[in-house]
Amino acid sequence: MRTICFYFQVHQPYRLKPYRFFEIGDDHNYWDDFSNKSIMRKVAEKCYIPMNNLLLELIHRNNGAFKVSFSISGTFLDQMQEYAPDVLESFQKLVATGHVELLNETYGHSLCALKSESEFKDMVHSHQQKIKELFNGYTPKVFRNTELIYSDTIGKMVYEMGYEGILTEGAKHILGWKSPNYVYVNSLEPKLKVLLKNFRLSDDIAFRFGEPKWSDYPLTTDKFVKWINQIPQEEEVLNLFMDYETFGEHQWAETGIFDFMKHLPEAVFAGSDFGFSAPSEVIAQASPVGMIHVPTPISWADEERDLTAWLGNDLQDEAFDRLYELEKRVKKSKNPDIHRDWNYLQTSDHFYYMCTKFFSDGDIHAYFSPYESPYEAFINYMNVLSDFMLRLKEEEQASVAN
Amino acid sequence: MKVLMFGWEFPPHISGGLGTACYGLVKGLAHHKQDMIFVVPKLWGDEDPLAEFVNASDIEIDYREKRFKQIWKNLTYLEVSSYLVPYLSPEQYSSYTQGMKEGSENLDDSVFSTKFNFSGKYGKDLIQEVSRYALVAAQIAKDKNHDIIHAHDWLAFPAGIAAKTISGKPLVAHVHATEFDRSGQTVNQQVYAIERAGMEAADKIVAVSQLTKNTIVAKYGIPEEKVVVLHNAVLDTSAITYKATKMVPEKIVTFLGRITFQKGPEYFVEAAAKVLKRDENVRFVMAGSGDLLNPMIQRVAELRIGTKFHFTGFLKGNDVDHMFAISDVYVMPSVSEPFGISPLEAVRHNTPVIISKQSGVAEVLQNAVKVDFWDIDAMADAIFALLHYNGISKMFKELGREELKKLKWEHVALKLINIYKETVKK
Repeated sequence: MRTICFYFQVHQPYRLKPYRFFEIGDDHNYWDDFSNKSIMRKVAEKCYIPMNNLLLELIHRNNGAFKVSFSISGTFLDQMQEYAPDVLESFQKLVATGHVELLNETYGHSLCALKSESEFKDMVHSHQQKIKELFNGYTPKVFRNTELIYSDTIGKMVYEMGYEGILTEGAKHILGWKSPNYVYVNSLEPKLKVLLKNFRLSDDIAFRFGEPKWSDYPLTTDKFVKWINQIPQEEEVLNLFMDYETFGEHQWAETGIFDFMKHLPEAVFAGSDFGFSAPSEVIAQASPVGMIHVPTPISWADEERDLTAWLGNDLQDEAFDRLYELEKRVKKSKNPDIHRDWNYLQTSDHFYYMCTKFFSDGDIHAYFSPYESPYEAFINYMNVLSDFMLRLKEEEQASVAN
Repeated sequence: MKVLMFGWEFPPHISGGLGTACYGLVKGLAHHKQDMIFVVPKLWGDEDPLAEFVNASDIEIDYREKRFKQIWKNLTYLEVSSYLVPYLSPEQYSSYTQGMKEGSENLDDSVFSTKFNFSGKYGKDLIQEVSRYALVAAQIAKDKNHDIIHAHDWLAFPAGIAAKTISGKPLVAHVHATEFDRSGQTVNQQVYAIERAGMEAADKIVAVSQLTKNTIVAKYGIPEEKVVVLHNAVLDTSAITYKATKMVPEKIVTFLGRITFQKGPEYFVEAAAKVLKRDENVRFVMAGSGDLLNPMIQRVAELRIGTKFHFTGFLKGNDVDHMFAISDVYVMPSVSEPFGISPLEAVRHNTPVIISKQSGVAEVLQNAVKVDFWDIDAMADAIFALLHYNGISKMFKELGREELKKLKWEHVALKLINIYKETVKK
């Protein structure tokens, strides 16, 4: 049976408050509690709660034939506990059905896979623990890295940590003539299966759904089923990967996105030979067709599908390098506040706000940034980082004195 | 002797150093009981009553005065010859230029018969306001008795020239800054032309520093003997003890000013990188805003000194005092600074200063390190020395404060009164 594999990314960063030079050394609370809470609440009302309810209804109605998977970042889990226990409860209900798979990622939704293997392993481990704790001992088997960032070596690290599979982008420049609708394996560790996002059909839902200027607007379930039927018969798996905020936040309820999802399962069952599977089922059932070679990291962002949304300009590189220089020192600290801030400071969003690709994808970036310019984002981040470094230093001096 | 003085702004409604300097000067002149009429484009009503103030917005112009039309004609020519600040609609434009060809009779009398409401700002219609201001100046010169005219900077030069045309009294042109200071080598030709016309029409030119005098002689072709140097002073020379606790353990080196070409911010950044290579125990702060802010942030990131180099944005009120109070060294690396009052503010806060040789203030402040703005090695050396060798910084603190006490506007005003007397005598 051919199958559709849904994976939704659920993430919110801890945003920094405006942090001035005069506060360095004085104020050690960096997080904008007000905006973090209000954004969490707003998106909960528009997206998380209604969509979770809808998914629960679909799972029940289809007796388990409809399945989805989530990757929920550690910063999101923390914010749910802090600001939205109702959302946490509804996720727990979904997972308890047994038809919702959870994936593992880095706790801080960070870019550490590119910089430090030890930090990467620590963060994956702490995310695993957190999932276990919140979801009744649940242990994910499949991994997805921040922003679907993947390379051969990242795959190898993930395999060594005991995962069966990993999700990433079906980037054109990696696939060439190949189709994303198969299961591939990592080129260094052939036992690690790689699932690739079908970006055309994923983005039809995630980005183009509500766009009246799109030539295929409006997208109906009939049309979508027609498209999946055009996929050659031998291609077995259709990976639809997207941000969970697609539903109700990026695509508002008025676009009809909820109705589309509500009727998609029945339309697929009635009009095609596709079913729905969770990533671990796809990995267990499908036979891999070959290796995928990714020597330089790819991601799911922008036209380039590379790392330039987060790293590469001087602002980003300076912030990133200064941050990771601290790793060894942070690891020595026993202060939980230091560890929490270290964790949250690594979140990829902070580097995304410093992106200067104004004229191509910059408009999307600007929409998601609390700052007026990447320069402002940099100043604020560096001020906070400076204070964080002072705290580390003070702690070290205190422990030497003892 | 009565002085008819034309300014552009006056405290508390100021946006630059010009207003502060005018205030100090007027205060100093008042101290010596000098009779003055001070004209500004717009009065707000809350100015310190130090002189007879005239609000140019209140003046009604007598359009029957033929000489005014001549003045307006010249000014109109000035405006319409500019592509930079077009304010006339095409119809007006052709009627004005037509009028000029045929003689003054066809000129639109409406510009004379009504009052003009000046904004007193530095907006896009600046040239228009400058011209109208001149017309009003002519009316004032006709109505008010005076013995000498004194105009501050190019904005008021056309007013000074117009007043002189009407009353025939001598004109003192006061140069606080030239277009070369503001814009480097890409000068606005229109502004340059106004500056030059003012300097040429003047009987005496007052420059705020020798540096400025050199520019006037070299770039505007004015004979040296026509220019006298009269340094600015400080309104309040008392020490400022602002209670601020420094929350970081490192020493702080500060740049405070507009982040523009004129102020040389890039040299401060480069010097900071050099100091940080030798000494990690320092933080650099760039306080202010301007068109070079983002390039400076970019450069700091490139130099990989982002955790030791901070930007505060534009500071005002208490934040300025706070910044000075927690600074261990103040640096003013200006590329071209006719005078530059902020190092003196730093001295009032007991903060040792490093100033560029290309600033007028270097001529009056002896107890400061002076370096060429481009010499980032010397600047880095000086920063390092002031941070580490307490002897020098201590000496600078003590002697700097003593020096400051001598920089009073009363002294400056007395010299100015002598300049007036000599000019009137001729």
